[in-house]
Amino acid sequence: MSATLEGYNFAYLDEQTKRMIRRAVLKAVAIPGYQVPFGSREMPLPYGWGTGGIQVTASIIGADDVLKVIDQGADDTTNAVSIRRFFRRTAGVATTTRTEEATLIQTRHRIPETPLREGQILVYQVPIPEPLRWLEPRETETRKMHAFADYGIMHVKLYEDIARFGRIATGYNYPVMVNGRYIMSPSPIPKFDNPKMDRNPALQLFGAGREKRIYAVPPYTRVESLDFEDHPFEIERWERACALCGSTESFLDEVVMDDRGGRMFVCSDTDYCESHRPDRSEQEAAE
Amino acid sequence: MNAQSPQPLLTVRGLSRYYGQHVGCRDISFDLWPGEVLGIVGESGSGKTTLLGCLSGRLDPSEGSVLYRDRAGQSHDVYAMPEMMRRRLARSEWGIVHQNPRDGLRMAVSAGANVGERLMAQGARHYGGIRNQALDWLDKVEIDAGRIDDSPRTFSGGMQQRLQIARNLVSMPRLVFMDEPTGGLDVSVQARLLDLLRRLVGEMGLSVILVTHDLAVARLLAHRLLVMRGGEVVESGLTDQVLDDPQHPYSQLLVSSILQV
Repeated sequence: MSATLEGYNFAYLDEQTKRMIRRAVLKAVAIPGYQVPFGSREMPLPYGWGTGGIQVTASIIGADDVLKVIDQGADDTTNAVSIRRFFRRTAGVATTTRTEEATLIQTRHRIPETPLREGQILVYQVPIPEPLRWLEPRETETRKMHAFADYGIMHVKLYEDIARFGRIATGYNYPVMVNGRYIMSPSPIPKFDNPKMDRNPALQLFGAGREKRIYAVPPYTRVESLDFEDHPFEIERWERACALCGSTESFLDEVVMDDRGGRMFVCSDTDYCESHRPDRSEQEAAE
Repeated sequence: MNAQSPQPLLTVRGLSRYYGQHVGCRDISFDLWPGEVLGIVGESGSGKTTLLGCLSGRLDPSEGSVLYRDRAGQSHDVYAMPEMMRRRLARSEWGIVHQNPRDGLRMAVSAGANVGERLMAQGARHYGGIRNQALDWLDKVEIDAGRIDDSPRTFSGGMQQRLQIARNLVSMPRLVFMDEPTGGLDVSVQARLLDLLRRLVGEMGLSVILVTHDLAVARLLAHRLLVMRGGEVVESGLTDQVLDDPQHPYSQLLVSSILQV
């Protein structure tokens, strides 16, 4: 099972492709928030399942890296398990579910609750990299808007939210301003995670396979969520704690338990939840 | 009519635009002075809209230059300046009112957001402030304040046109380009819109370049007229002078073709 597949290059992609992607990554790191086009390859999984993220991961992974893959915060969902196994087979790297142990984390739609540290790399899977897309369908035009920092339209969207709902109703993929220059789509993470991107010690890379774009937030880069002076940015809050670990600080998923209206709230980050369960810490204390 | 500064706002010299062999407009030169409303009249296909596109920085001319003097008194060659500056100019000191309001409005967002867009583009970040200004402008163009959160899709043609005007004027522009602002509206709505335009132009001291095929609209709004035919200006002069005593055969034809009721 853990044996590396024969007949494939290390981490699946050929070396020329990896070089091309690394060049794009370097450029992206040099211009925080700017979307760098790259020659996205066909990958052995469908678009929308993380083809962008998996290519970035394949290009930067080394033999001594420890990989963690999460999907909506969970280590044990199909997508996460498949991608983890893919790299175990093609690169023979160690994998983990523990955020602290990982050097490379590929994520879909969440940032781990456990704070990241210097030296770690977080790779996001991005479906639609262009934050202006829903407001301006022309790619030529959105590129110009980025180039000229012509971003008034972004606040039109937020204005519209407040006018309709009385508050900024955007809950995920909440647009951010990176390093005071480029507006960036943070991929569909909940806005709960937006503050974690700001001045994060880890390197954050974003890969969009179908749209063929890579962008990055280097360590300790300013990332501000857009808002109005009289309607400041706010994150989600829950009135209850996680039913499993009792955490009041993590992002909670609502799980329907039965068809009689029963439901429970649990952490979306499974690793965080497991490491905060009271029974486990009691066990550890007892050992 | 206004106390004029000695310098023209817009200086156009030898402006031509060709579509391959076909002439859009040829060798057009004129000055536009602050506070002046210049009408461009002519039949369909005479190059009015091409000329307006070239003047407003949306259509690269084949030859010639357009010089614009900004608020600070600095003169800019519209086509020599970087596109970034041209866009900034276009959304702060200029306004463009399209013939079809669907071209000039964002149909997917509310009326308030439409009016507020330029403010937000210029850095306004206070929701309440933007909303108050939007309300103020809706009032100025006689749109009921209760419609501020409605989509422009639900507005009548006349209301859409007035909303488009509010959206442009909110940034206090100095120069507004209008392409058949009353086209497609019925006569009573036209009359109200013209009254409104005349009032706003007077109050704000706007300079306007107005393209129209409707000589009555030109008579009401424009101080000066350019008569175009086949891409060239065949006659120019004060509105009343051109309309009452047309010199060029084509102008005479145009004036004599007005339907009398």
